[in-house]
Amino acid sequence: MKSCDIAVIGAGPAGLAAATRAADLGYDTVLLDEQPSPGGQIYRAVETADHARTEVMGADYARGRAIVDAFRASGAAYMDGALVWNISTDRVIDFSRGGASSQLSAKRIIVATGAVERPWPLPGWTLPGVTTAGALQILMKASGIVQEDAVLAGSGPLLWLVAAQLVDAGAPPRAVVETTPRAHYRAALAQLPAALRAPGYLAKGWRMMRKVKRAGVRHFAGAENIAIEGADAASAIRFTAKGASERIEASSIALHQGVVPNQQITRLLRCDHAWDAAQQCFRPVTDEDGQSSVQEVYVAGDGAGIGGALSAALHGEITALAIAARDGRGDPARLKSLRAERARDAAVRPFLETLYAPAPHVTAPADDTIVCRCEEVTAGAIREAVNLGAPGPNQVKSFLRAGMGPCQGRVCGPVVSAIIAERRGETPGATGYYRIRPPLKPIPLSELAQFTIPDAPEDR
Amino acid sequence: MVRRIEPDGETFEFTFEGRTIVARPGDSIAAALTAAGIVNLRDSVVSGRPRGVFCMMGSCFDCLVEIDGVPNRQACMTAAASGLEVRRQRGGVEVQAS
Repeated sequence: MKSCDIAVIGAGPAGLAAATRAADLGYDTVLLDEQPSPGGQIYRAVETADHARTEVMGADYARGRAIVDAFRASGAAYMDGALVWNISTDRVIDFSRGGASSQLSAKRIIVATGAVERPWPLPGWTLPGVTTAGALQILMKASGIVQEDAVLAGSGPLLWLVAAQLVDAGAPPRAVVETTPRAHYRAALAQLPAALRAPGYLAKGWRMMRKVKRAGVRHFAGAENIAIEGADAASAIRFTAKGASERIEASSIALHQGVVPNQQITRLLRCDHAWDAAQQCFRPVTDEDGQSSVQEVYVAGDGAGIGGALSAALHGEITALAIAARDGRGDPARLKSLRAERARDAAVRPFLETLYAPAPHVTAPADDTIVCRCEEVTAGAIREAVNLGAPGPNQVKSFLRAGMGPCQGRVCGPVVSAIIAERRGETPGATGYYRIRPPLKPIPLSELAQFTIPDAPEDR
Repeated sequence: MVRRIEPDGETFEFTFEGRTIVARPGDSIAAALTAAGIVNLRDSVVSGRPRGVFCMMGSCFDCLVEIDGVPNRQACMTAAASGLEVRRQRGGVEVQAS
């Protein structure tokens, strides 16, 4: 079996920065990532995007190139297209690559699997043509593909960023339909002075919104009762705003309600998780350097709590330096300055978290709305299971197969916990979350059958 | 409607339900199908309702298709390649001898 000092999982800014620094510190480092090229979702295809595409995506995207270049120049081994499907308690990683599975034994693991979009179940959200806002952006980054006449609906910075990028690509969206409740603006005002300490964010956000509005894009605020119409594909979005019923025809409708940590690997590893009331999500319990509750397992970047791309890159390097510090190595002065820089960057978060907290209707879908897309389980069925005595997500899963389809609860998990918590009158933290088991993603039985586990470790 | 930021570029072809799809290097199957205006990729396993691309990042498993006879492949996680035969996936999949 191959072995290494540090295995990093995920090639976004946190994973790249962690692997680069770890390798520079002399650790035998291996980075595994499921995508074909480094960058994660935020810097997706940043090495191959040409000038025109990079112009559209903007300077924040182009910045990722330096992070990827530094990683490529480092001594870290890179395994692209590597799907990690299990990790044992003694940190042996099972992964699939090129249709065959093999193992890697790591003394330490840095989980840098980033974030996923917060699910927003609403009528019609399973229709073809309805995507996440992130999906529209990935199409632009990875393939230069632009949806014309898209409607962007929901809340959060990414909604405006994607709208601005579509404007720059010459395809302004048909409308931006914001669900941010008016009360959130008032509440966020109190956080504004602190947010100004984080350089650049607010001005950037203001410029994005101005660009979109100047392009003539229709903007609706405080939207509620959102539903998507269509027979075999999306054809229109309906909602109410300012007391009026609105209907906009569109074949591409992109939803967004912010992002939450991707918990699959940290749950698999049985790391402690806690409900973060400010970010309205579960996150693994870590110290500021990313050490989880499990020995030798670290979490860097958005997977440890949402901080954004800049913070993630800082956190990745911090984690690597903190590991080195434990070994009596590294660069204590740099570690200290990176922690301070990350704290400064985080000053904008309370403002964003207050302003863009999901509206109550986001996590409380109507009874006939599908919540688990894979097994087509409705919110009403989940509530009924709770009425019948199901105390948490794992019992709901047994009752209804919610979270048992191919996505393994990646999409529905947060909403299933929220629905159960609401019905039981407790916090999602008390309700808990799906128990995540291997394989983390489905792999063919034929691949498992050919997967042989060697008896004794050997040097790689 | 869908278009590309770069008007020209190298192309290659594969098929979806027998129809020729023009793709570009770097495209996933999901991206190439989106560029071709195809959104309906499969029928869901319970109600048989149409599904398509949702997350584009390998998380939601809604873009499952059959590629060269192998079902349950994520269209967004599989690189498009010349000559692939891609088909819509209809409902659940039976266990197959390989």
